[in-house]
Amino acid sequence: MSVVTNTTTIGAIDAPSRRNTELALLAFAVAIPVFAYLNVGLALDGKVPSGMLGYGLGLGLMAGVAHLVVRKFAKYADPLLLPLATLLNGLGLVLIWRLDQSPRLIQRAERLFHSHSADAPKQLMFSAIGIALFVAVLIVLKDHRVLQRYTYISMVLALILLILPMFFPAVNGAKIWIKLGPFTVQPGEFAKIIIAVFFSGYLMVKRDALALASRRFMGLYLPRGRDLGPILAVWVMSILVLVFETDLGTSLLFFGLFVVMLYVATERTSWIVFGLLMSAAGAVGVASFEPHVQQRVEFWLDPFAEATLQQSDQAAQALMSFGSGGVLGTGLGQGNSDLIGFAANSDFILSTVGEEFGLAGMMAFLIVYGLIVERGVRTALAARDPFGKLLAIGLSGAFAIQVFVVAGGVMGLIPLTGMTMPFVAYGGSSVLANWALIGILIRISDTARRPAPAPAPSPDAELTQVVRP
Amino acid sequence: MNKPLRRIAVFCGLLVLALLLRSNWLQYVQAEELSTHAKNQRVTIARYAAPRGNIIVDGKPITGSVDSKDPLYRYKRTYVDGRMWAPVTGYASQAFDANQIEKLQDGILTGNSDQLFFDRTLAMFTGEKRKGGDVVTTLNSAAQRAAFEGLGKKKGAVAAIDPQTGKILALASTPSYDPSAFAGYSDKDAKAWQSLDKDKDKPMLNRALRETYPPGSTFKVVTAAAALEHGKIQDIKAPTDTPEPYILPLSTQPMVNHASGCEHASLIKALEVSCNSVFAKLGDDVTRDKMLETAEKFGFNKEQFVPVRANASVYDKNMDRGGNALSSIGQFNTAATPLQMAMVTAAIANDGKLMQPYMIDQLRAPNLDVIEKTEPRELSRPVSQENAQLIQQMMESVVERGTGGSAKLDMDGVKVGGKTGTAQHGENNAKRPYAWFISYAKTDAGSPVAVAVVVEDSDASRDDITGGGLAAPIAKAVMKAVLEKK
Repeated sequence: MSVVTNTTTIGAIDAPSRRNTELALLAFAVAIPVFAYLNVGLALDGKVPSGMLGYGLGLGLMAGVAHLVVRKFAKYADPLLLPLATLLNGLGLVLIWRLDQSPRLIQRAERLFHSHSADAPKQLMFSAIGIALFVAVLIVLKDHRVLQRYTYISMVLALILLILPMFFPAVNGAKIWIKLGPFTVQPGEFAKIIIAVFFSGYLMVKRDALALASRRFMGLYLPRGRDLGPILAVWVMSILVLVFETDLGTSLLFFGLFVVMLYVATERTSWIVFGLLMSAAGAVGVASFEPHVQQRVEFWLDPFAEATLQQSDQAAQALMSFGSGGVLGTGLGQGNSDLIGFAANSDFILSTVGEEFGLAGMMAFLIVYGLIVERGVRTALAARDPFGKLLAIGLSGAFAIQVFVVAGGVMGLIPLTGMTMPFVAYGGSSVLANWALIGILIRISDTARRPAPAPAPSPDAELTQVVRP
Repeated sequence: MNKPLRRIAVFCGLLVLALLLRSNWLQYVQAEELSTHAKNQRVTIARYAAPRGNIIVDGKPITGSVDSKDPLYRYKRTYVDGRMWAPVTGYASQAFDANQIEKLQDGILTGNSDQLFFDRTLAMFTGEKRKGGDVVTTLNSAAQRAAFEGLGKKKGAVAAIDPQTGKILALASTPSYDPSAFAGYSDKDAKAWQSLDKDKDKPMLNRALRETYPPGSTFKVVTAAAALEHGKIQDIKAPTDTPEPYILPLSTQPMVNHASGCEHASLIKALEVSCNSVFAKLGDDVTRDKMLETAEKFGFNKEQFVPVRANASVYDKNMDRGGNALSSIGQFNTAATPLQMAMVTAAIANDGKLMQPYMIDQLRAPNLDVIEKTEPRELSRPVSQENAQLIQQMMESVVERGTGGSAKLDMDGVKVGGKTGTAQHGENNAKRPYAWFISYAKTDAGSPVAVAVVVEDSDASRDDITGGGLAAPIAKAVMKAVLEKK
């Protein structure tokens, strides 16, 4: 009998990288927005839009570069994340371009600012920079565990980013922007990534203390007083953000993010109960003396009340937009979502989706967002190191909460807050930050799915393995 | 750490599920309510997104649409002779909604109606722009002009009907308004609207359909019909048992006559000179319930839809004998719209058969296909043919020998019957009376026109306001216009 030499061990075979799947999906993710672009052109002008070739090539080029970089630097990455993000970014560009051509919005801009400039070219530029950032993340960040070193630096950076807007004038009632020369930056978008890095690093070290050193009280494990410190700090911080920056969305996002990560790190349900109680107390407390928050709640409770309409008809307009879209929508370029006027292509871009793509399109969009979150959670499940797990769940949790807070606000499920729909809404900070977020998730998923290195050949292997008849 | 991760995955799934449910709620369950919400400008945007269809009289449009290039509401409504036609068309305003035909037939005029579904589908394939359909009316432009110009600066209304079909031929109301003045949504339009809205003379009130007046002596025609129908009078030339003075039932008040020779006057004579005592007594003899029965057969106590709504005229159901006697001469609580009195006249002229009045003849698709045509329909038979002809004989003698002389038409083969009325109103009859005239013209081929005219509160002195002097010439002009066109 001959010696069986090809004994199989798991991991010796190259795991499928799924890069070709990603490429095929990317082709769709580029083709769908190109067709949407054509659709808008035909609906508005009755002819094929002149920029179609340029737009298609531009989006295709960006997707292609991103794909090649993933192929080279993150071979085993999740194949869905990049196409899903590309699809949303591409459709967002089409929607912004469609709203750029709305005569009503042009008239409004000229009346209010005496000039109108198209936002789509700017958003295209932001998207290119966003992809560049994505590429940079993949090239520079060879291993996500490197970020663990910057735990406390991240904390400081996040605090600075959150506090900075307080020193800049409010824009439309919310202090969430900082002005750097010609650019306005929304630091909250970047802070959500940085704070997730801090939480992951901090909780990885402290999770045992938080989980085990607790007292049992009425069936719940209550944390020790000194372990409460950090959670109280975060709570206070998000309350401060709410009070001084009147930014309901960001404060909800940070607090939710922290509770989710704390729960994952400690596996203690008591943290969730604790978190919910604290956020409820914070929300009620702030709402009782902060008129801006009270007003938002009133607008939300009765968007069609005369008193509401006199101050702001945004919520009502958004609802009517969704209702008028119906099941199948009016078709791209044929709706009247521009009646909202203010922030039609940023905070309220979802109402254009609702009106022109209808319920069918809305569900598709929401499911695409849901898939991104789900791929993020899978990445967290598959990750082999606790830091990676925490960071992945933190980033995807933040993404999910943001989508919920924005979409829920626009659809009247919860009070309106000033945040943007990731990838779709107009805004440089948002696009950049979300591409960076996807980059980090791809990096973690690459590490998670990468086959374990083959065990080093051991001199004893021969003896233990061979069974001679 | 995987167990809490899975729970967080479920939590994120729930967040997305909540959004999906909300989306379904808004876009499916509440879609209808939100898309037609009063605050939803899309309804108005759609109304003016395409050139609006026209309202047509005698084959010519009396409305139009102009491309205003406005990014909000693209096309604006225009009107030809807006003041004259306003009681027919109503208005379609970008800021103030629409009314009457403009509102009732909005679906056809905008092209959104389900009846135009086929045309819309076809247009989708041929690439044509959406267009509205037309509303073809039954009106007669010559009659309408005669009515409107006859009323002139006076306050009043005219309704004319083709007795044989119920087609409305003229519907005028003065003072009128120009619906073009506030068709848009600019400040100028708002000012025009406000000043019309505040005007004491209520120019936007459609007096022909929506205002009820005490009909005065014109109502005696209804009383005569009731007396004949219920057998209280067999021979219109026989003297009636009417004392002079006639004391009203349950009262010590004598019924004042403005004419002489009313004691025991025959019915024909009483109508000729308009004796109050004879008709008040007749109404009392017929009794309230029988009077009510006949009045309701003529259309009283019921809103009419032509298809624009006309207010219900009133014959009181619960009054006592004295009230009934007064009501029988068109006073007390009795009130009628000009349309109602035109219906009474038309029923008599059409030998007792009352046709349902209507003003929309056809609805037409943009490609001129007829989508819907109104067929004449009998509403009721308030009087028998013989009795109707007796009443015609009496009304013709009113014009020949009585108070209605100024409605006499010198045309061959045309007989004219009419009745004047002067209705008092206000506390102690202090206000200026309303002048009424109802009449019809008849040829061998039947009656082509019945008309009711009311002139309220004219500047002429109190004595001059008699139906014969103020209202009859207008009725005559309208009848002449219809007859000359035939």
